[in-house]
Amino acid sequence: MRYGEKTAVDGLDLSVARHTITAVLGPNGAGKTTTLETCEGYRRPQQGSVRVLGLDPVADRRDLLPRIGVMLQGSGAWSGARAMEMLEHIAKLHAHPLDTGMLADRLGLHDCGKTPYRRLSGGQQQRLGLAMAVVGRPEVVFVDEPTAGMDPQARRDTWDLLTELRDDGVTVVLTTHYMDEAERLADQIHIIDRGRLIASGSPLELTRGGTSTIRLVVTKPFPDGAPASLQAALGERVEVTTISEVSLLVTGPADHTTLATVSRWCEEHGVLPESLNLGQRNLEDTFLALTGLEITGQEPGQ
Amino acid sequence: MTGTGTFTPRPGSAPLLRQVLAQSAMEAKLMLRNGEQLLLAVVIPVLVLVGGVEAAKHVDFGLDQRPIDALTPGVLALAVMSTAFTSLAIATGFERRYGVIKRLGASPLPRAGLLAGKIGALFLVEVLQFAVLGAVAFALGWEPAGGVRTVLLGLEALLLGTAAFASLGLFVAGVLRAEATLAAANLIYLLLMAGGAVVLPTTAYGSSGHLLTWLPSGALGEAMRGALIHGDCYGREQLVLLVWAVIGTVLTARTFRWE
Repeated sequence: MRYGEKTAVDGLDLSVARHTITAVLGPNGAGKTTTLETCEGYRRPQQGSVRVLGLDPVADRRDLLPRIGVMLQGSGAWSGARAMEMLEHIAKLHAHPLDTGMLADRLGLHDCGKTPYRRLSGGQQQRLGLAMAVVGRPEVVFVDEPTAGMDPQARRDTWDLLTELRDDGVTVVLTTHYMDEAERLADQIHIIDRGRLIASGSPLELTRGGTSTIRLVVTKPFPDGAPASLQAALGERVEVTTISEVSLLVTGPADHTTLATVSRWCEEHGVLPESLNLGQRNLEDTFLALTGLEITGQEPGQ
Repeated sequence: MTGTGTFTPRPGSAPLLRQVLAQSAMEAKLMLRNGEQLLLAVVIPVLVLVGGVEAAKHVDFGLDQRPIDALTPGVLALAVMSTAFTSLAIATGFERRYGVIKRLGASPLPRAGLLAGKIGALFLVEVLQFAVLGAVAFALGWEPAGGVRTVLLGLEALLLGTAAFASLGLFVAGVLRAEATLAAANLIYLLLMAGGAVVLPTTAYGSSGHLLTWLPSGALGEAMRGALIHGDCYGREQLVLLVWAVIGTVLTARTFRWE
């Protein structure tokens, strides 16, 4: 998928199993929205093919549209339409819509039901967008950054709703740049970066079952050969991954021995730790190890 | 898959007609709720009608009939122009801006249905405008030409005028940004209202007035006057409106971007 000279999505090959929640995870600009909009039939891929429910999203768009629900990023409503009016309008375009009152209850839209769209908060607009995506009882819903701008309660409501959709037989595909969202919600995660798929798996697979980690950040760049000498000091039961010139990740049993070895190594090499974090390997670490980038697209430590 | 859950898939489109009616009702409702659009649709035409009749007592517009009979058809034409051109252009411009058309593009409503819905909304608003303006005009003593022919010719002018102005309105909304559409649609409306022979007959514009019948505004005004004053149709105005509708449709089809 190219825009002019820039290739937004390149050689992306992924599939989504029915009745699961799949998260497409990646930093801003990774190509998540482009990927989703290609599935929704808004864009025609220059190369390769896309099938949703066995249909071509562009050629078979009219057959596909009633069967999918779409939540766009940002607006998508008349600025003067009231929240519930907008939801009811979308419901009327479908043959067997959900009860809009029930959806409004579930997503906390009743308080702002009579509020014109332009005066809704960002989180309320997001919840309305989600309601509009599911009201037609679709087989597949595509939700683009569903919880961006939501408060914690609304996020939990949204997660509960998406989980229930999956349990009731709906296939959910979402994009997110929140690691915790993907880790908590998704059955399958595809990590993409700069338009390429860099890893796929269940949260457990991607985090290697939550292996313990030590994350070391130092005040000035490591001396030459630092990772190798640390690896040698620690032995083969752990794995040292360089993340940047001032940080690295030790994956493996983070017990007394490992910790003592790391701090002794720091002393011997005249390296001053800025932080030394013990934790479990999470998606953030996976992502860092794969790309050398924080999910925000910044170099670590900035 | 349980088959009995709240969200168990049961996809499907509503029948197309029901979708189009829902879309028309929604768009008409939004148009009438918007203060500026209501001003344009009803308030200004009523003011022009009442003000024009009053002014004609003091100023000579060179009218051949009683002022109320001469001005009412033109004011109805003005009402069509305001809705089919200005309101439609502005509403569509902002729909593109706010991603409404993109959102509806992911709904079961096909584009032809969206277009049909917009046309339906225009007629709903126009029926309301004609009811209000007709009531005001009759209260001021309006006596249009009678008979079925008058009604049919009036409807014909309404349809052709709506087609011409709506296609031009969509063209403007498709090529300009929302703010520019807002400005252009209002400016063109004001210019045509003042100098486009829509309210006043072409004879009021002096010796070159007949040129104004080539404009969609002049053609619609003359068609309405022909129908409602004389119960007659000259054919030329209708042809001019049809040509403008074709020009507008071709331009729109070539340039309109839905997003």
